[in-house]
Formats: sequence, structure tokens, C-alpha cells
Amino acid sequence: MDDVSFTVKRGETFGFLGPNGAGKTTTIKMLCTLLKPTFGMAVVDGHNAITEPTAVRKSIGIIFQDPSLDNNLTATENLYLHCLIYHVPAKEQRKRMEQVLELVGLAEVKSQVVSTYSGGMKRRLEIARGLLHYPRLLFLDEPTLGLDPQSRSHIWDYIGRLKAEHGITVFMTTHYMEEAENCDRIAIIDHGRIIALDTPASLKREVRNDTIVLTTTDDGRAGEEIKIKYGLDARRGDSCLEVEVADGESFLPELSRGLQTQIKTISLRKPTLDDVFLKLTGREIRKEEASGRDRLRDQARRRRRI
Amino acid sequence: MIDLAAIYSVWLRDIIRSFREKSRFLGSLARPILWLVIMGTGLRPAFQGGGVDYLHFIFPGVIAMTLIFTATQSAISIIWDREFGFLKEMLVAPIPRSSIVIGKALSGSTTATMQGIITLLFAPFIGVKMSPLMIVEVLGLMFLISFALTSLGLVIASRMKSFEGFGTISNFVVMPMYFLSGAIFPTAGLPLWLKSLIFMNRLSYGVNAMRKVILGLGSFPMALDLGFVACFGVAMVGVAVPFCSREG
Repeated sequence: MDDVSFTVKRGETFGFLGPNGAGKTTTIKMLCTLLKPTFGMAVVDGHNAITEPTAVRKSIGIIFQDPSLDNNLTATENLYLHCLIYHVPAKEQRKRMEQVLELVGLAEVKSQVVSTYSGGMKRRLEIARGLLHYPRLLFLDEPTLGLDPQSRSHIWDYIGRLKAEHGITVFMTTHYMEEAENCDRIAIIDHGRIIALDTPASLKREVRNDTIVLTTTDDGRAGEEIKIKYGLDARRGDSCLEVEVADGESFLPELSRGLQTQIKTISLRKPTLDDVFLKLTGREIRKEEASGRDRLRDQARRRRRI
Repeated sequence: MIDLAAIYSVWLRDIIRSFREKSRFLGSLARPILWLVIMGTGLRPAFQGGGVDYLHFIFPGVIAMTLIFTATQSAISIIWDREFGFLKEMLVAPIPRSSIVIGKALSGSTTATMQGIITLLFAPFIGVKMSPLMIVEVLGLMFLISFALTSLGLVIASRMKSFEGFGTISNFVVMPMYFLSGAIFPTAGLPLWLKSLIFMNRLSYGVNAMRKVILGLGSFPMALDLGFVACFGVAMVGVAVPFCSREG
């Protein structure tokens, strides 16, 4: 990490977005008092993470990137151990355990050994466990990594409810762009530095125009027409035309009325955080995951933009 | 600072786990059978140890062996926890690291003692008679010895990066410790180098104490035995705490 500085507001969902190895987990480790920063300081819920680690630990809940459940124990047993470690009052233990199991929808399988759970269920149980001691701040390190789309959206539902019903501050890392959009604010991090920090909407606004994607009976002619009529460069994509404009909503009806060439389909694409990251770093965030074909297309797109 | 709830939770987890691992209990049945029936019977005719039956002589040794294997195994499980994540859950908890180490040392001692009890059940079959008082004394001794051994295991485990080293540990620590404990042969009349190795080994005093209680014979005074084993255990916990507290 290199000179990173940021503040998370109480009750907000704050996202750390960046490619693998950008320093997201390292930041979480420092905030969770697992790692001492070589320089600088961290204040978590009013406590200094370096000098008062125990106070910090009491007020945070953490869901690690790698599972940290005991697979040979049942869900209830895992939760009970957590109650003991965090000194949840004996009278409250049962109530809280039922409460969190209910929240993540695992109440019916609570007596099963965790090794029989699916990946999504395990992650949900970890979230439940992280909430048992009523933390004021919840850290989630890549909470949906390796989960199927359904489980991922479930997890997002729970995080949304936590915020709405309990006002918990959530600090999370991800390298999924679509997920980062769920955050109130995002810090985009690359090579250990924060390169942008704002709400998803304003990050996207700053960076790039809307794109109108259309297919016509004659793309070549339509392209020339757009150039002459509106002074815009239409890019030839995979059997379609792409036009970048500042205000897509009002340009789309105008274009569909004004174009002589017959339009077959027309659609509006809003900028995504992928575009933001690309613009800021010149790289695709998930380069290592993209297929060869995607990579080629990305490179082509990048060349055109420059 | 001592956090009893945290110590209890670390202990409880290991105990639940050990009850779920049926194979471990099978092992604790097989080991005494192998040693008593095969080794004991095989070496019995060749053994002249001051009028005592060899089967009786190695019986306390076989208990010690059960303790040393189970205790080491329990201690090593902390590496497993590190590799599979559960240790992290404890490391970020608002509890002192010493609670984790003490909890582990106690859970290892408990499981090892339970296995020792299984071995103890073989006593009537080989003709060793024990009074209730003797049984209580042996139980206490087993726990003390196991505590020392688990703590030693924790020190070793905290220095190990992965499981790869486990074979080495068992060849260079566990086996020599067992062979040099006076568990299998009497120390009288041995060459000086071997004798001094045995005297240096803290486990020898544990085995000696157990033999004294069960058979009424031994080479060192009881107070010395207990003192050595207890000090060793406490010292090892003292070393293990800072070792386990390190980051990463």
C-alpha cells in the first residue's frame, strides 16, 4: 500500500474496487488489526487500530475471503463458539443465534455439519457469524468470490438489509464491477493507490458518455449519415454501430426519427464501472479472466479510444 | 490476562471435534494391542528386568506412547487451523493470544488423557491390578504429561510453515523422545551416553512417575518427576505464546 487515505461515513456501504493484488486485502488486514502498517495510522469506530486493537476488534465483524468456519462442526456450534469468544451474554446467545440464522436463511439446516453446506451457504453462515456480536462495522473481503449468480444476489440482499434495518457500516472489497455499483461510495484502487473515490454515479458521469448501439439495414450508410447530420463518429462494432453521446436519453429518439437508413434495433448503454476503471488505468479490471476473444476486442476498443 | 470464556471455546471446539473423529479412537485401541500383544509377548522371553514381567514393564510406556502421539497430533492441528482458516477467526477476535495457546494446550491434554484412559482399560487383561486411588493418580499424571507434550507440540507447530514438515517432526522429535524415555527398556546398566540422553528427556520423568504409581518401581524420586514435567509444560506454554502471537 502506498499512501492511502480515506474516511468511511457511519452507516454507509463503502467499496474497495480493484484488480487482484491491488492491495484491497492488505488494507482490510490493517483495519482489522491483523497487520501493522509500517507508516501511518487507522482509526476504526473511534479506536486506534494500532494502539487499541482489542477495542477495534470488539466493534468490527469480518468475513474473510477464505472461509474460516470449522467444517466439522454444525452451524449452531460454530455460532456458539463465536458467542463465547466475543462474550455475548449467556442469556442473549440463543436469541441472537436464531436471529442471525433467520436473517441468512439457514435456520432449517442449523444442526447440520458445515461440511455438507454449499459454498454459498457457508458464506452466508460466515456473514451470520460476523453479526452475532452486533458489530458496528462489518468488513467483507470479496464476499461473493467464487459463488454462483443466485448466491451472489442473495448475499447482496442480506447486505442491503443489514444497512436498512440495523444501520451497520459496511466496508467491502470486490473486483466485480457490477457489485461495486451496490455501494454508496467506491474507492478505486490500483497498485496500492486510490485513484478515484466517489459515488458510483458520479464516477461514471465524470468518465464517459453514454453509448447508443444500433443495427441498421446498411451500417456503412447509416454511419456516414450520422457523421454528416450530427457530426458524430459512429464506430463499427460486431455487426452494429456504436455512437458516443453526452446525453443518450434525448439523443436516442432524435436519432431514430432523423435517420434515413432503416433502423432494425436501437439501444442505449449507460457507462459502467468497467469503463471507469478502463479510463483511469488503461486496463480492463478483469483482464486475467477475460477470454482471448474478449481480450482482442478490448484491445481494439482501447486503440480506438486513444 | 486470562480470558476463561475464550479458553473454554478453544477447548470445547477441539473436544467436539475429537468425539466426531471415530478413526482416532480406533487408533487408540489398535496401538496398545500392537505394543502389548505383539511387542510385549515377543520380547518377554528375552527380558530380564529385576523380576518384573515385560508386559507389565512396558505398560506405563505404552500409555506414555499414546499420550505423546495424541498430544502431538492435537498440537499439530493448529497448523491445520491456520491452513484452513479457522485460526483467523480466533486471531481477529478481541481475545488475548495466550488464551488460544492455553485453550489448545488444555484440549490436547484432555484428548490425550481420554486416549490414555482407553489404554488403561487394558490393565486387567495383562494382569496389572490397580486400586481406585492409583487410577486417580495415574489420571492426574496423564494429564500433566499430556499438557507438557501438547505445549511442546505447540511450540513446534508454531514454527512449522506447513504440513510437509510433519514426517520430519515425528521422526526427529516424537520417536526419539519415546525411545529415550525409558518406556521400552530399563535404564539400569545402559552406556553412559544413552543414559544421559534419557536423563535429559523430560518425558522419562513422566514415564518413571507412571511406572512408580502402577508397578511401584522407578529410578527417580516422585517429587523430581512431577517437578520436571510440570516445569517443562509451563515453560513450553510460555514459549508458545509469543511464538503464536506473531503476525501472519
